[in-house]
Amino acid sequence: MSEQLIILPLLINLVLSIGLMFFWTNIKAQKVLSISGSFIAMLASIWVFIHVWENGIQTFQAGSWEAPFGITFVGDTLAATLVLLTGISAFAVSIFAAVSVIKARLRFGFFSVFHFLIMGLNGAFLTGDMFNLYVWFEIIIISSFVLISLGGEKNQLEGAVKYFTLNFLASMIFLTGLGVLYGLTGTLNMADLSQKIPLIQNQALVDVTAFLFLVGFGIKSAVFPLYFWLPASYHTPPSAVSAIFSGLLTKVGVYALIRVFTLIFVNDSFIEIMLQSLAILTIFSGGIGAIIQKNIRKLFSYLIICHIGFMIGGLGLFTEVAMAGVIFYLIHDIVVKTNLFLVSGLIYRLKSTTSLDRLGGIYKSYPKLSLLMAIPLFSLVGIPPLSGFWPKLSLLLAGFNEGNYWYFGAVIFGSLVTLIAIAHVWAKAFWEDGKDVKHSKKFIAFDQLRSYQKMQYVVPIVFLALVSLYIGFGAEHIQQVSTRIATEVLDKQTYFNAVFK
Amino acid sequence: MEILLAITTGILYAAGIYMILRRSMVKLILGLILLGNGVNLLIFLLGRITKGKPPIIPEETKVFEDLFADPVPQALILTAIVISFGLQSFAIILVKRAYKVLKTDDLDQLNTTDEDS
Repeated sequence: MSEQLIILPLLINLVLSIGLMFFWTNIKAQKVLSISGSFIAMLASIWVFIHVWENGIQTFQAGSWEAPFGITFVGDTLAATLVLLTGISAFAVSIFAAVSVIKARLRFGFFSVFHFLIMGLNGAFLTGDMFNLYVWFEIIIISSFVLISLGGEKNQLEGAVKYFTLNFLASMIFLTGLGVLYGLTGTLNMADLSQKIPLIQNQALVDVTAFLFLVGFGIKSAVFPLYFWLPASYHTPPSAVSAIFSGLLTKVGVYALIRVFTLIFVNDSFIEIMLQSLAILTIFSGGIGAIIQKNIRKLFSYLIICHIGFMIGGLGLFTEVAMAGVIFYLIHDIVVKTNLFLVSGLIYRLKSTTSLDRLGGIYKSYPKLSLLMAIPLFSLVGIPPLSGFWPKLSLLLAGFNEGNYWYFGAVIFGSLVTLIAIAHVWAKAFWEDGKDVKHSKKFIAFDQLRSYQKMQYVVPIVFLALVSLYIGFGAEHIQQVSTRIATEVLDKQTYFNAVFK
Repeated sequence: MEILLAITTGILYAAGIYMILRRSMVKLILGLILLGNGVNLLIFLLGRITKGKPPIIPEETKVFEDLFADPVPQALILTAIVISFGLQSFAIILVKRAYKVLKTDDLDQLNTTDEDS
């Protein structure tokens, strides 16, 4: 019975998304429903994680159609962990969105689309079927298109056109890869594919297919030559939307890369070299892009790209230490990146700008809030014992052991650049003397908000900061989780046996 | 038949990518649509074309005894068509709105998001 329940977080979000449509005009009810619904979904995802942790890989054959004929949902530890993190981030963002997103946007079904997006994310993590993964990807991107263009401001529409084009193209390339894959093997079940791919005579064609998947997922996760859509669009929508995008959307691409290149196309030295070199270039270009930015939200966008490189490179190394590092980094990154954009939203509410040239004096006027905002900022840099430090240690160790000194150097460079960028933000926005910022009459400053609204701004940031503090100080537990995921992911036979039992 | 479909797929891909690389937003959309159709044809082609052999098991037997047309690629294409139809209609509205607000059809003019602010 409990097998079906692994898709519970997905179902809760689906019901919420549909249910919210019945309260189309009643925004207050929507807010309450969305926050409480996200809380229930988070509890469900915690249950799923504990269940999978205690009982091993759970599989659910939709409609009782045995694999490989039906669609299989597979809750292994990796999927369960990501579902849990999705639940946590979605809960924080729904609280933040309820206060920070303006009424004009909420009136057009913001929350409904938001929960639809979360449903898509959960589905993408849980599915064990390649074509089903494509469908979940489409659900994710169509709802993200709506969220990114909702409001229809000038720069938003511009960002949306760029975001749309590249993501649509990525889906088409992914679908092309799927078509070739089906033609080669006659199956779309991931576990089945993992057994059939090594048996194919024409390995050159397998390499080409693997490359199509690399390009398709590479665009989605903003890997080196294909990342330009990200800094052009991520700073345009409201902060709550950017938070969920930066925390989870690019990470779905990374998840798909991990899944495909550990389960289906394994021991492909061409892809491994490709991943490592792309990672190094991604770290360099993202890092260098970050230092010169003057808008903090654009700066954070470039840092996303830089840190995607860490994970891709670790995947390319393909050892257990490296995989554990990648998974740990993924866990840390989802929480911290979501929180960073919430922080940028709070900074905007405090100072009515996100430009470093005009920001200043936040520490003087809001010392407690500044200390709170310091936690995500310095967790990202990875000052020990905060959360970013531990996974980098594993990644560096893996790079050194494998003798890949380019990657080793790139990780150090990336960390250093992150430190410089964040120190720059801290010095300019928090420590430097404040400047008078003229804001429009419609702007409501943080001090003018009612106290419950202030709480709604601060509580999600505190919540995510506590989670990232736990990741930092309870690193032993997270390391245990990531090591278990790494062994599970590298051993594709367990996955196969769980699906075909 | 296969060779004809293969050539058509190639033309659709080439035309789609050529159109995407143009500067006009309308051509961009047309390019994406052509590319989408190219992908659908590719899936159809790679599912092997079998003529006049519907996947129906005769009454007196329990399994297929002959070659049969694989129905899965057609189901996949159907899903892909519906999804890309939704995305394309969204894209058309998006481009129309963008044209109204930005007052340009030239993709090279879309650079306000790259400026510092």
